[in-house]
Amino acid sequence: MSRSTIGYLALLAFGLAAPFFIYPVLVMKVLCFSLFACAFNLLLGYTGLLSFGHAVFFGSAAYVAGHALKVWQLPTLLGLLAGTGAAAALGWVIGSLAIRRQGIYFAMITLALAQMVYFLFLQAPFTGGEDGLQGVPRGSLFGVLDLSDDMNLYYVVLAIFAAAFWLIQRTIHSPFGQILKAIRENEPRAVSLGYDVAKYKLLAFVLSAGLAGLAGATKTLVFKFATLTDAHWHTSGEVVLMTLVGGMGTVFGPLVGATVIVTLQNELADKVGSLVTVIMGSIFVICVLAFRRGIVGESLALYERMIGRR
Amino acid sequence: MSEIFGIPIQAFMGQLMLGLVNGSFYAMLSLGLAVIFGMLNIINFTHGALYMVGAFGAWLGLTYLELGYWQALLLSPICVGIFGIVIERSMLQWLYKLDHLYGLLLTFGLALVLEGLFTNIFGVSGQPYSIPDELSGAFNLGFMFLPKYRAWVIVASLVVCFVTWFVIEKTQLGAYLRAATENPKLTQAFGINVPLMVMLTYGFGAALAGFAGVLAAPAIQVSPLMGSNLIIVVFAVVVIGGMGSILGSILTGIGLGVIEGLTKVFYAEASSTVVFIIMAIVLMIRPAGLFGKEK
Amino acid sequence: MKQKLLVALTTMALAAFGTQAHAQAEKAKTGKLSGDMVKVAVMNDMVGLYADIGGPGSVEAAKMAVADFGGKILGKPIEVVFADHQNKPDIGASKAREWFDTQGVDMIVDVPTSSVAIAVAKVANEKKRVFMNTGAATKALTNEECNPYTVHYAYDTYALANGTGKAIVQTGGKTWFFLTADYAFGHALEGDTAAVVKASGGEVKGAVRHPLSASDFSSFLLQAQASKAQIIGLANAGGDTINAVKAANEFGLTKNQTLAGLLMFITDVHSLGLKTAQGMMLTDAWYWDANDETRKFGKRFFEKMKRMPSFDQAAVYSATLTYLKAVEASGTDDADAVMATLKKTKINDVFTKGGYIRVDGRMVHDMYLMQVKKPEDSKYPWDYFQLKKVIPAEEAFQPLSLSKCSLVKK
Repeated sequence: MSRSTIGYLALLAFGLAAPFFIYPVLVMKVLCFSLFACAFNLLLGYTGLLSFGHAVFFGSAAYVAGHALKVWQLPTLLGLLAGTGAAAALGWVIGSLAIRRQGIYFAMITLALAQMVYFLFLQAPFTGGEDGLQGVPRGSLFGVLDLSDDMNLYYVVLAIFAAAFWLIQRTIHSPFGQILKAIRENEPRAVSLGYDVAKYKLLAFVLSAGLAGLAGATKTLVFKFATLTDAHWHTSGEVVLMTLVGGMGTVFGPLVGATVIVTLQNELADKVGSLVTVIMGSIFVICVLAFRRGIVGESLALYERMIGRR
Repeated sequence: MSEIFGIPIQAFMGQLMLGLVNGSFYAMLSLGLAVIFGMLNIINFTHGALYMVGAFGAWLGLTYLELGYWQALLLSPICVGIFGIVIERSMLQWLYKLDHLYGLLLTFGLALVLEGLFTNIFGVSGQPYSIPDELSGAFNLGFMFLPKYRAWVIVASLVVCFVTWFVIEKTQLGAYLRAATENPKLTQAFGINVPLMVMLTYGFGAALAGFAGVLAAPAIQVSPLMGSNLIIVVFAVVVIGGMGSILGSILTGIGLGVIEGLTKVFYAEASSTVVFIIMAIVLMIRPAGLFGKEK
Repeated sequence: MKQKLLVALTTMALAAFGTQAHAQAEKAKTGKLSGDMVKVAVMNDMVGLYADIGGPGSVEAAKMAVADFGGKILGKPIEVVFADHQNKPDIGASKAREWFDTQGVDMIVDVPTSSVAIAVAKVANEKKRVFMNTGAATKALTNEECNPYTVHYAYDTYALANGTGKAIVQTGGKTWFFLTADYAFGHALEGDTAAVVKASGGEVKGAVRHPLSASDFSSFLLQAQASKAQIIGLANAGGDTINAVKAANEFGLTKNQTLAGLLMFITDVHSLGLKTAQGMMLTDAWYWDANDETRKFGKRFFEKMKRMPSFDQAAVYSATLTYLKAVEASGTDDADAVMATLKKTKINDVFTKGGYIRVDGRMVHDMYLMQVKKPEDSKYPWDYFQLKKVIPAEEAFQPLSLSKCSLVKK
């Protein structure tokens, strides 16, 4: 077995055993945000596009999935699919507008468009405005497995995460993923090689939005509600932070980042209150100034240096 | 006579005036963003937080040092400007060689730190700041009720915007600035201290945000989150106007404020989204922005 | 390899179900008090626009109740914990879930902000724990969203509309325009008041919604001004009400139109000052200066918090005390047993005399129509209200016959 296979298996074993010694709802939250960060990393780390409004895909999927499950009473899996599809569709609309500009403008446009959708959610009747969409039923898997039980739901969420994670790895290592990296490294050269850069960017954007949506829809299932927080720009900032802390453009970075940030927020919320924002902001600043490769990136660099010295 | 387009003239003029007030804030903030962007190539996400700090400066001055509104209008922007210079020297200057996105991320982090700190100390619900006696009360124009303070905000911000435009476009100092923006290396070779100009530019942009904050303090509550809600709209304003031109960002700011105000009269539900809708339309027709040049 | 993995998976799955069954059996055996203690949790807005109404004062009130109860229950300790929900339903619901799942919290009290209250009530119902809401106003808690574990203790939008709305229409305020906080509470208060206004022969000219914790009310007030209604009903609370009143003064609305604060707490009047607030009518659930007993409680509270208790804080005290008494009487903290006891209890304490909890979870007690005093009539600090009318318990709240609660048998 190769080294990476051992890594994956160890991770899987940990995932399977985790709910026995950690509060399962917390682990599920970590998984949802890890998926969200992985989806975001696909765009930032592998395509070089900084979307500052990614929470809108997370949030819109949370609302659509919640609405589908609660009002239309769709089966659980269909509800998740509806949320993911809606996020991907929204990703197509926002993406095709935003890729008209590059760099900083791209970031500002995604942020502004996301804010617009946020205001729409605030006013649309189906979201419940400030009240949020509450009391979403978890339902059951294929009518057999009762998901209202946290343990049952946990393994479903773990399976969703594993599948999506696998899909992202496949994408990165596919020819499509190689073209994305080429765009990240040198866009004019990719154009001169004859690639339709706009098309590839849009495709990456839609894929990332859809996966972020899957994360949001799954989160609705876990917490049984979807609220404005899911679509707020603060959440967009959080996912950037998670990716940055973990290490952008690395496979496990977003996972590590999401785990660190969610755990930190959870542990600190009761102890320091609103200082949590200060701590998050400080981590941002420190990462940008000193640890731009993130935890995973810096560790890898350290490891390589040690190998090199030997 | 008492109606215009089927809307009572009082409501129409009132919202128009509020739109002008909001537009003045958009103009001052987008102007600051444009100046900083031009020189540093950084999108200053901290701008909203600096605006908030300016407002709190006025409030703190009044509460603890018994400084009146007029002193605050002078001192608070200076303090915010110095604070901006500290930020530039201690952090931002290390990022100029990197991808511009890092500047955005760093200033975003700083905005979180500032907002969190002020929330922690003063609570989210905000502190009242009363209108100075000279400007309290209102003009009764017959068809509408114009609070004196709101009129003052419009006048003051127009003056500040005009002076900034004049300094940058028509003076020797402005010429150096524009040269440094165009070609920093060459300008440096001519013996002009470019890093100093960069530092002062950021300080000036920050002071402008602080000034807007002090102006805003009596009109709305001084609250830690007052800046973050505004800054995203200002981003949209900047995208619409295009970053290239000083005059462009002033005009776009005021124009969009007015459009937003009028939306409140005709279709209030869309008032919070109208700026973003305009942004989407502009992007489709003229991706570089109304006053921008395609680079 | 695959086989091994399958074996491991199956083992873990089996282990999962095993542990669960075990946990359930454990719970049944321990009997009396879960976790060998009673844990009361106060959840509210600690620093935001509703912090003065509840906030740290509510935590103090709950601690006073525990002290007055004697500090111990059935020989076991009582603990008070608290959290800030920041007026966000998602934060409130996940905190409640975590409290019930991992901290062994038996009862949650206070929870202002109707949207959060509804979210917490849903979690309480799912986890079968007691939820005594004193801070939130929406009557949905005892109607569409009612459940067997939720008690709505202090007041609701029906009682407010019925008190203030009716009184104002009767004194000649016939045409209304609403300035409404855009969430569950504002909508409910606007709806209930509009119904009362119409039923009493008044007219509703329109409404404008503002976001929770809005900073600038000027454009909303211009819309209210354009409506030319006599009365501008403020269907909001706390900091929002205070800011709306101030902005209305700045724009000269108060010259031709009258403001009606539909939910005013004594702390709001304190922030506004009597000069601005004088003459306003409001519906109150409790007032510190009503009798010797309330004055004594008020002074005790004042010594700790440097301000007089709001009716919400008094209700937190009363609800905590009532809950502890019910646990003792039931001999267990099992929620079903405690709720059965609670719904049989007559409540007699500083908050109410002869109050009782109905089948829909509504605590029924007298309400008071108050008018804010003129500055010259106020004799000592916090002397703010003049009692206009006692609204008897049976009239104050929505009759059961109109209830939409599924627990009410018709």
